[in-house]
Amino acid sequence: MSPTNYLLLSGLLFTVGAIGVLVRRNAIVVFMCIELMLNAVNLSLVTFARINGQLDGQVMAFFVMVVAAAEVVVGLAIIMSIFRTRRSSSVDDANLLKY
Amino acid sequence: MSTAPDTGGNVMLLVLLLLPVVGALLMYPLRRNVPAAKAAAMATALLEFVLVVVTWVGYSTDAASSGERFQYVFSVPWIPAFGTHLAVGIDGIALVMIALTAFLVPGLMLFAWAEKLPEGRTASGYFALLLATEATLMGVFTATDVFLFYVFFEAMLIPMYFLIGRFGGPNRQYASVKFFLYSLLGGLIMLASLIGLYVTSADQLGAGTFTWSDLQSIAQSTPTSTQIWLFLGFFVAFAIKAPLVPFHTWLPDAGAEAPIVAAVLLVGVLDKVGTFGFLRYCLPLFPQASQVLAPLVLVLAVIGIIYGALLAVGQKDMSRFVAYTSIAHFGFIALGTFAFSSQAFAGATLYMVNHGLSTGMLFVMVGLLVARGGSRLISDYGGVSKLAPLLAGCLLLAGMSSLALPGTNSFVSEFLVLVGSFPREPVATIIATVGIIFAALYILWFYQQTMQGPVRGNAVIRALEAGGVGGPGAMIDPAVAAERGAGFPDLTKREIGVLAPLVVVIVVLGFFPGPVLDVINPSVQATITEVGLPDPVPAGGVVGGVR
Amino acid sequence: MTAPPEVLPAGGAASAAWLLFAIPALSAVVLFLAGKRANAWGHWLGVGSVLASFALGVVIFVQTLGVAPEQRTTEVSLYSWIASGTLDVDFGLRIDPLSLTFVLLITGVGSLIHIYSVGYMAPHEGAEPSSDSSRRRFFAQLNLFVAAMLVLVLGNNFVLLYLGWEGVGLASYLLIGFYQDRPSAATAAKKAFLMNRVGDVGLALAIFLLWLELGTLQYTEVFARIGELGGGTILAITLLLLLGACGKSGQFPLQAWLPDAMEGPTPVSALIHAATMVTAGVYLIARTNPIYDLSATGRVVVALIGVVTLLIGAIIGCAYDDIKKVLAYSTVSQIGYMILAVGLGPAGYALGIFHLLTHGFFKAGLFLGAGSVMHAMNDDVNMRHFGGLGRRMPITFVTFGLGYLALIGFPFLSGYFSKDAIIEAAFGQEGWQGWVYGGAATLAAGLTAFYMTRLMIMTFFGEERWQKLTAPNGEHYHPHESPPVMTGPMILLAIGSVFAGFVLSAVGLNQWLAPSLGELEESTHGVLPHALVPWLVLAFSALGVLVAYLVVGRRPTPVERPEPVSLPVRAARRDLYANAVNESVIERPGIWLTRALVFLDNRGVDGLVNGLAAGLGGGSARLRRLQTGFVRSYALSMLGGSVFVVAALLAVRFA
Repeated sequence: MSPTNYLLLSGLLFTVGAIGVLVRRNAIVVFMCIELMLNAVNLSLVTFARINGQLDGQVMAFFVMVVAAAEVVVGLAIIMSIFRTRRSSSVDDANLLKY
Repeated sequence: MSTAPDTGGNVMLLVLLLLPVVGALLMYPLRRNVPAAKAAAMATALLEFVLVVVTWVGYSTDAASSGERFQYVFSVPWIPAFGTHLAVGIDGIALVMIALTAFLVPGLMLFAWAEKLPEGRTASGYFALLLATEATLMGVFTATDVFLFYVFFEAMLIPMYFLIGRFGGPNRQYASVKFFLYSLLGGLIMLASLIGLYVTSADQLGAGTFTWSDLQSIAQSTPTSTQIWLFLGFFVAFAIKAPLVPFHTWLPDAGAEAPIVAAVLLVGVLDKVGTFGFLRYCLPLFPQASQVLAPLVLVLAVIGIIYGALLAVGQKDMSRFVAYTSIAHFGFIALGTFAFSSQAFAGATLYMVNHGLSTGMLFVMVGLLVARGGSRLISDYGGVSKLAPLLAGCLLLAGMSSLALPGTNSFVSEFLVLVGSFPREPVATIIATVGIIFAALYILWFYQQTMQGPVRGNAVIRALEAGGVGGPGAMIDPAVAAERGAGFPDLTKREIGVLAPLVVVIVVLGFFPGPVLDVINPSVQATITEVGLPDPVPAGGVVGGVR
Repeated sequence: MTAPPEVLPAGGAASAAWLLFAIPALSAVVLFLAGKRANAWGHWLGVGSVLASFALGVVIFVQTLGVAPEQRTTEVSLYSWIASGTLDVDFGLRIDPLSLTFVLLITGVGSLIHIYSVGYMAPHEGAEPSSDSSRRRFFAQLNLFVAAMLVLVLGNNFVLLYLGWEGVGLASYLLIGFYQDRPSAATAAKKAFLMNRVGDVGLALAIFLLWLELGTLQYTEVFARIGELGGGTILAITLLLLLGACGKSGQFPLQAWLPDAMEGPTPVSALIHAATMVTAGVYLIARTNPIYDLSATGRVVVALIGVVTLLIGAIIGCAYDDIKKVLAYSTVSQIGYMILAVGLGPAGYALGIFHLLTHGFFKAGLFLGAGSVMHAMNDDVNMRHFGGLGRRMPITFVTFGLGYLALIGFPFLSGYFSKDAIIEAAFGQEGWQGWVYGGAATLAAGLTAFYMTRLMIMTFFGEERWQKLTAPNGEHYHPHESPPVMTGPMILLAIGSVFAGFVLSAVGLNQWLAPSLGELEESTHGVLPHALVPWLVLAFSALGVLVAYLVVGRRPTPVERPEPVSLPVRAARRDLYANAVNESVIERPGIWLTRALVFLDNRGVDGLVNGLAAGLGGGSARLRRLQTGFVRSYALSMLGGSVFVVAALLAVRFA
């Protein structure tokens, strides 16, 4: 199978994720969409590693995973505490950090 | 080829630099004990003055004449990667400027001794800031490393910002922020030029340097186009600092809102860093650019002379009035600086000192009036000479010095500037000479408004009533008021102590400028050599045929 | 023209010439600083210092007389004053016949006026003498003036001249404004200083030009090398110097300050604004005679300025009722004569100085007499309130009368010798110049006789109009003779007015001055024969006296000024519109310009700065609205930004 298909899939996943981030209000869903985008990038990194026959892309994908895991921890904690104080997990309700 | 030794040297200037810092830091533990703090600050300032006198005595004019550019040189590497040095040294021009600073500060402290400060402010903080300002001024005049100069140039703003912003008049917030932003803007533009200069030196010398002497040595070989850009960067910074029209509008605000002692330091010394910068940095480092752009500066200078004078007459506020007269005077200094002759350079340098003295005294007189009347408005005063003849006499002397009456210090400098500028710039000089009529106009106008005529003016009347002389609407017998010293008293002993040194110096320098000129002249000659434009030679026949 | 004499170093008493001005200067400093302690004796210190100067001046004069004329020009260098590059201004003195003549005039007349002032400035009766510090202040300022004036005439270079020049300006400013609580005095003082400064600009520019061209400012060197310069440059220098002279000497077009200067105490008017300071312009032109010798055009301008001024002064003098202002305009007119004289060149330099000296005597005497009258009349100056005072104050009357006769050129009194000599020299010019100069001078002599006779009649003769009036303070007038300390100097000056002309011409003033001014050239081919001129002048003067007698003397003088009057009188009463012109051409536009500039500076220049600040502030206030706090809108803008960057990269890559 041509590696191009993996790239197409990756682009598709990324787009889905991006749209999800933009249109959904639920923080958990937005969060998952971000994960989706990260993994789409991971997929393309792995694909490029395969195409070029080098391991750099694989290594970077691992880095991204580690960072994403850390991010999930912090992010979910924030969402939890926001939910506790505001009784809502909508990102539009947490708009205190403005001008 | 680096001319900056890396092995230290004479520590005198370092002591001059650090002594006020130590004094300022000493204010913190003494903050609860105000008398002790004042005494310590005064002792520091006096010691500093004594040390400067020692420095002056040790300064050799012979060595300066025989080509030694700086004396009391001290240099150690600072950031070797960038080629910066902690390098200090003085030539005659810097020497007279630090002497002026050290001379003014003790007097100003005496003036501020019993000043009523805004609520919540302590005298120890006030005096600490004064000493800090003195320290940065010492640094800015003694630095021989351009980067070090820049650091002090910016550091100068900090104590002055706090002096204006914390101890100033009602509109102090606006004034201090305006002052700070304006100066910072100029400073940042200068920083860009500074980096450009460093890159240029790296091109020409192989390794970049900030040492003034090294940069000067490559000045003649730097292409004129490069010089012009670098010159403009420095020029904007100095033109804002000096200030030249049209960069001047921060000065009236800052001068008016600053407490008097800060105003004296600001207009008397700190602004001179601008004109000092022209002489020390713009001309020797960018000689071709200076000559190419001289007409621009001269136009600004001449506009400033007339414009400042006319605006001075239009002012309602005494401090703003003095500030605008200073703008006119800075025009004279700029004219002398960009006329490229030894007389004009020497005149401009001497003018910096003399203007510090005469304007300083004018500001002090304003401060004395405000201390009595509580108002800065010119129209609130009138006929004061009846009540306080000594005060009026001192004001007149300060005014006469400001309008450069022969026999006062300023005449010597103004004469040198004009006579030195005339051969090269006849038109600008003629306009500047007409400016002396305006100088007489604004000084005499001010004197007539506040001092002459019948006793009048809200501030005076209020003060007299508060002193128990005359009631609302009652005729005031000035003789009675003067007799009782009530309401609007004449100078006190402390105030005489502030003014007497100024009066003596103003008159003595009018008749015997020799000692100061002897110090200035060799350095001026060195500057002439660095610019590479020989003195115009008197040539019979054609007017202005030199150019 | 003879070769300039060799300059020798001063010896003997002359080497101490600096004491001449140092003594009064020191006295001034002591009086300024001593405060109330000196109130009781300060005036005597002032008198003593000027007398000491005078004594030293006499000693130097006698010493100089003892040497041959060509050795009378000496210099003494005190120290180097201003030195930079090739410029080296010496604080040096030049002692030569011209400066010595002035030294004697300044200290001699100055001493008399100092003595007179002891009485004139005495505190009013009833006041505690030690409580009044105004007399001490007065003497301090008067001493300062004497010192500055001596520096002016003794300096051996132009910068020192300028020092004295502005120094006397300061003293004049202080003394005109002496009665500080009078707004008019303060304004007059300011006006005097400002108009003088206009002249000073001319003098300063002349100095710069000399420096540019010759590289020296020392008289000796300048005069030795002035011939190297081109005609245009010399003309420019002469005109600039003339501008300086016009300012200081109250010459057209800068004459308007001098009458206003009468706001000062009368001794000041006598010393500064009649005898000495205002003649500094004449001194300047006489001193720089080697320059003027080279420019015929320059001399013509000088002479024309003199002619215009002497006519203006004489015409306006006829219309005023203020006794001091009449004398002031008389001074303007007489200095016009002197300027005319020095404008005649070698034929007139010495005559100008001659008239300056005799004028110093009789005009100082006239002013002191006027002061005595004012002293008697509660400081009233309006002659319409006087009348018949001759009987009440005989000494004043006689001394004033002698001064009057000297001024109008009564035969064999001072003015007769000096003024007639000028008019003769004026007629001695060729062509139109002779007619214009001589004619105007003769006409003005007639006018002088008219206004002075009018003044005499209104003040000393006729009905005692003051009997029916009360002074402004409500008291009745009680005219009385002044104390001896005042009449003494008046008597001495009157003696001078009578004999100075005769004595000075008999002992040969012209030969004495020759080392400084060159030999006096006798004109041989004038437009009128020499013998005729004195008769002509005498006839005009007699006519002036007669007309004055017919117009003023035979009719009672109205106490109120008659209105309306004919156009010429109206114009003369308004100073021939000089002040109106100054006001409408300079003052008003100046005020408007200032206001406009203040507006421009606040709204324009500062407005730009504040506008920039406000613009930045306002802009960011709007921009910060973009920070809505909605995470998703941030995400959208990030996405948009990324897309834009990628698109830009691609576009660059593939375009």
